[in-house]
Amino acid sequence: MDKQIKGVLGEKLGMTQVWDAENRVVPVTVVKAGPCVVTQVRSIEKDGYAAVQLAFGEIDPRKVNRPEKGHFEKADVAPRRHLVELRTSDAAEYSAGQEVTAEVFEAGQRIDVVGTSKGKGFAGVMKRHNFRGLGAGHGVQRKHRSPGSIGACATPGRVFKGVRMAGRMGNERVTVQNLTVHAIDAEKGLLLIKGAVPGPNGGLVLVKTAAKG
Amino acid sequence: MQKLAELDAKSLRSDVPAFRPGDTVNVHVKVIEGNRSRVQQFKGVVIRRQGDGVRETFTVRKISFGVGVERTFPVHSPIFEKLEVITRGDVRRAKLYYLRDLRGKKAKIKEKVDWNK
Repeated sequence: MDKQIKGVLGEKLGMTQVWDAENRVVPVTVVKAGPCVVTQVRSIEKDGYAAVQLAFGEIDPRKVNRPEKGHFEKADVAPRRHLVELRTSDAAEYSAGQEVTAEVFEAGQRIDVVGTSKGKGFAGVMKRHNFRGLGAGHGVQRKHRSPGSIGACATPGRVFKGVRMAGRMGNERVTVQNLTVHAIDAEKGLLLIKGAVPGPNGGLVLVKTAAKG
Repeated sequence: MQKLAELDAKSLRSDVPAFRPGDTVNVHVKVIEGNRSRVQQFKGVVIRRQGDGVRETFTVRKISFGVGVERTFPVHSPIFEKLEVITRGDVRRAKLYYLRDLRGKKAKIKEKVDWNK
């Protein structure tokens, strides 16, 4: 745990494409990153771990409850919608009230992006777990997308825990690792990230330094 | 997509003339060989234009040594230096895939006559 992790919260704006230096097409996701503020700094002496707490997003001050209001007042910042903690060894270098923008990253850097994936509702095993389903012909009757066997017979006489079946899919926290920052527009606070990022357009994403890389 | 229109505007080219399927065009493609670059011409008939905005592409078909060659370019790609429209074609389709099955004189496209001139 002696990694210096940099991170910023942002809003996914959508995908588009840009040209690189060799005139090739680069698919990019545009994230409006920050500005975030530091609301608290966690230290090993006081909290048992080192981390920075970041806040992002506008909120109607009337919607903020008393405990949260007090928390933001302590850091002397206006209330924000989202709060997140980032564990990093250099947390002591941050101070409450400090602004964090897209400029913490530079073009070409490897990053991880955390978001909440789009909800797919109650999905079958073919969509949810990439099962192959049953045959299209050969006497298969109204069972083309079913999972097939889910276990043996009298031994063990039950279905094992954790057998993959149909169920709710999506709407969960997803991290995509080792994406590349293609470009940064510091003026507008935009991050152009090569490749796709979890979640719908307008969704909250956390961009941070790559854990493996 | 409107949120990104401002960003996309930077990738768009304004020097590409108006052209449509059926037109014969000459595309001056930049080719990078090692550390020097030269311009290669790709001349042929536009058989399709698809997509919108930065994503828009067009396909040029030509017959090279008796073999049909098709090349697709993004309309706003910086890979070609310039694009010349040589003739305007008189066609009744947006996608001229039927040209692939024709050869010789049948694969020729009539030139459009501009009656307003």
